[in-house]
Amino acid sequence: MTDDTDASAATPGRSEDPVRGSALFGPQPDVAGEAGYTDAPARVGFFTDTSVCIGCKACEVACKEWNAIPEDGLELTGMSYDNTQGLGASTWRHVAFIEQRKPLGGQEPGVGHEDIDVFAAAGNLGTSPSSPGPGATAPEPGSAPAGAPAGEISPVAPDGRTELRWLMSSDVCKHCTHAGCLDVCPTGSLFRTEFGTVVVQEDICNGCGYCVPACPYGVIDQRRGDGRAWKCTLCYDRLGVGMEPACAKACPTDSIQFGPLDELRERAAARVAQLHAAGVTDARLYGEDPQDGVGGDGAFFLLLDEPEVYGLPPDPVVTTRDLPAMWRHAAAAAASLAAMAVLSFVRRPR
Amino acid sequence: MTGSDVTRDGMEGAHPGRDALTGASTGRRRRRRGRGEQAMVPDAEFSSYYGKPILNKPTWRPLDIAGYLYLGGLAGASSLLAAGGQVTGRPGLARVAKLGAAGAISMSLAALVHDLGRPARFLNMLRIFKPTSPMNLGSWLLASYAPLTVAAAAADVAGRHRIVGAAATAGAAALGPAVATYTAVLLADTAVPSWHEGHREMPFVFAGSGATAAAGLALACAPFRQTGPARRLAVLGAGLELGAFQLMKRRMGLAAEPYEKGKPHWQLRSAEVLTAGGAVLATYAGRPGHTGGRARLLAASAGAALLAGSAALRFGVFHAGVASAEDPKYTVVPQRERLTSRARSDGD
Ligand code: SF4
Ligand code: SF4
Repeated sequence: MTDDTDASAATPGRSEDPVRGSALFGPQPDVAGEAGYTDAPARVGFFTDTSVCIGCKACEVACKEWNAIPEDGLELTGMSYDNTQGLGASTWRHVAFIEQRKPLGGQEPGVGHEDIDVFAAAGNLGTSPSSPGPGATAPEPGSAPAGAPAGEISPVAPDGRTELRWLMSSDVCKHCTHAGCLDVCPTGSLFRTEFGTVVVQEDICNGCGYCVPACPYGVIDQRRGDGRAWKCTLCYDRLGVGMEPACAKACPTDSIQFGPLDELRERAAARVAQLHAAGVTDARLYGEDPQDGVGGDGAFFLLLDEPEVYGLPPDPVVTTRDLPAMWRHAAAAAASLAAMAVLSFVRRPR
Repeated sequence: MTGSDVTRDGMEGAHPGRDALTGASTGRRRRRRGRGEQAMVPDAEFSSYYGKPILNKPTWRPLDIAGYLYLGGLAGASSLLAAGGQVTGRPGLARVAKLGAAGAISMSLAALVHDLGRPARFLNMLRIFKPTSPMNLGSWLLASYAPLTVAAAAADVAGRHRIVGAAATAGAAALGPAVATYTAVLLADTAVPSWHEGHREMPFVFAGSGATAAAGLALACAPFRQTGPARRLAVLGAGLELGAFQLMKRRMGLAAEPYEKGKPHWQLRSAEVLTAGGAVLATYAGRPGHTGGRARLLAASAGAALLAGSAALRFGVFHAGVASAEDPKYTVVPQRERLTSRARSDGD
């Protein structure tokens, strides 16, 4: 265990420049190239816009069906509508439900409608842009009548306490630029595909379980009974024939968007700007920054609260960033052990 | 039940849930700590998803993996005692250490294979050479080290092939220190807070722990008059192990807390007492006044205490890591602090 090991661990591209980090850490504009692919297709991923998620779980079902994932416990948790609980060996999409006493941005809770003559209002239906006819569910932004926030349906309770918002978010493997699971896998079962995604090869995995605690997001897990590790493949089989992943296909609101990562990042930035302009100041992107601790996620999110509220780590760092330091310390420790042994023998024999 | 009823006269009894505040029992929460334990850091308030862990905890079986760490340390350091015993003319010490190294590393490998979800695919570990995976490098290391220990032990017992035996003993001694310390990298190279945050000191803890275990085995089993080096190794090893462990806990911040709570706490306390006690006893046994049966008895108890102490340490470290993965606090709070301080320094 010498320092040569970390030298080889970090080649090629060892230098830590801000545009292109080392092999273990930092930004990496060409993950497939780094993994040895020549003329690979553009890196693809997911942009999950949780602001439009309706919690229908179509993605969970589509994923289970397409990938023929076994059932993994039918429990009632008693916490919200979420009986799935989290990602694991047999759950590759997980919809989180969070109830909060907090208004959605742009929403005006507690607005009374007592002074509105509903019959007169009904008579006016469809006669003006501020009162659209059947088929329209919410007024156009900018043309909303007083008390009805644009683009939203205002929930009102008699006691005026309507400060409820329900956050829903479909979680998935992040397909990290620097994936801890992939780095530590001793068999090479986990590998980087030509699309820049991270996939387990079930015919190679020997179930050592090392990838499980290496993932900073708690995604991959070992399947009981089967023994091997499983996680989202970003539908590698479907990508190969030009189809989008099953979850994105099934999502009725386009909360899950699939596409080339560069394009998704642009779309996400525009969406955040739009939400901020509409007064939803809570909106923020999570995992899209190539400067973050994992070099940016292949699957990133638009969230409406802090990541930890959704069960996501606020600032994950790939564990192998520190691997060279670990090997250096282990080498020093090994040297001290040898030195202690020598010291024990060189003393005058009794 | 709700306690409300709809009767002919309308509703009777109140619905107790009616006044429940949405989200009041979720989201931000405050943790209460266990009885009678000292707060190392003030309790942090943090958000989580219904208190669910962020990480998936290790699926490793404690007996297999803590046992694998322990036996690896015992074997690696024993190989050093074996070579030293051979060079300095202590054949009894050398034999015990050689047999110990071969036996321990075989059991360690067996534990590792037993823990696999697909044991028949063990050799897939050697499909590739992958420096970013400590388990892969460790497998290559064990694949070269284990046969050397077996050859060294076999040559010693058979009393033949002395040259081969000496070469194998030397080879095993060269690889031994790496075998004893790489397992710390294996644990630290994960997202588990109480393992990863100790990545600088844990190799030294494991080096010391391996040394005390090997010294313990020699003290318990080798002829007393040849155990001088083992006694000194016990003292040096105990010093390194206990010192590095204290340093590790002091430097790792909140992630040190799982080492101070519940099962890991008493395992590590026992480890400290056994290791320190074993080292003291070993020194005491070596005083000129002690000879014969009494010295042998002292040495044997010192050896047993050292062996048990090293094992307790590995179990304590293992369980503390698992506990830190099970509680979102250890993932969220330090990361949140990091973000806050980064934002603050960006602001200035
Ligand atoms: S480290 Fe976790 S989130 Fe990243 S690619 Fe691996 S399993 Fe997915
Ligand atoms: S469990 Fe399988 S995929 Fe995970 S690290 Fe081990 S061999 Fe690789």
